[in-house]
Amino acid sequence: MSVTATIPNSRETDLIARIKAGDRALFYELIQPYQRSVYAAAFSVLGNPTDAEDAAQEAFLKALTHIGQFRAEAKFSTWLVQIALNEARLRIRKERKGLYSSMDEGAQDDEGEYFPIDYADWREIPSEALQRKELKEALQRAVQSLKPKYREVLVLRDIEHLNIAETAEALGITEAAVKTRLLRARLMMRDALAPGFDGSWSVGTPTYKKIRPF
Amino acid sequence: MPDDHSILEIDCEHVILQISNYIDGEIDANLRARMEAHVRGCKHCSAILDGTNNTLRLLADGKTLELPPGFSERLRLRLAAHINHK
Repeated sequence: MSVTATIPNSRETDLIARIKAGDRALFYELIQPYQRSVYAAAFSVLGNPTDAEDAAQEAFLKALTHIGQFRAEAKFSTWLVQIALNEARLRIRKERKGLYSSMDEGAQDDEGEYFPIDYADWREIPSEALQRKELKEALQRAVQSLKPKYREVLVLRDIEHLNIAETAEALGITEAAVKTRLLRARLMMRDALAPGFDGSWSVGTPTYKKIRPF
Repeated sequence: MPDDHSILEIDCEHVILQISNYIDGEIDANLRARMEAHVRGCKHCSAILDGTNNTLRLLADGKTLELPPGFSERLRLRLAAHINHK
């Protein structure tokens, strides 16, 4: 159920027009295909399911309230994702107010090089591993362990399958920044997930930072 | 077999820096060919490329970020309450 797979269609355009005209009960039908994208966007900023659900639901209510401002030339799914990202960031700012106002990670160096750990080969995913609950949890922990700016691009690109231009637009950053962050995010995910020498998942160890293998 | 000459043209660091663009098809044919030649002859880079591809496959299968149970129903009720209040 990816955002890019959903081509703007006449059904969607028609629903939006009818909701704008006052038939607000149709809104649930309109947003039905985008629930996961909006939840994922909120999760990408907040990093935990409870806050992400709260923010996602609030984002839907705001989208309904402001649907009159949605312009037909925009992509509805991207508009929703932007509202969800804003809502999630608003929550982080509120939480931080009075605590550490300088905790903004945006100032950090994006361009710093990241070198992956030299793990043993990981050429195949053991098919039985895919079924395991352990793997799913390892994936979730690995995603949660990323800093928000890396988690955001990873979730939008590699889980929700937005393209690079859409990811840049949704996050309000350049395509070059998307690519730089994506490289880092993917390598950190790989380091966190590659089976260690004993074959167990290595998630949770902080050692994957800045290790040069060569 | 890779041609030794082309392997020397690009080093591990350069390959790692472009690995994400390589996966996304965001590099030109020339760099792609040089990277592929390097990866064929470099166990280290080939393990990182395979591992990164595996990671992306796992992420893409849709189970990493599932909606919490009951999400849709709670949303439907919240929207209904919101609509009825206005």
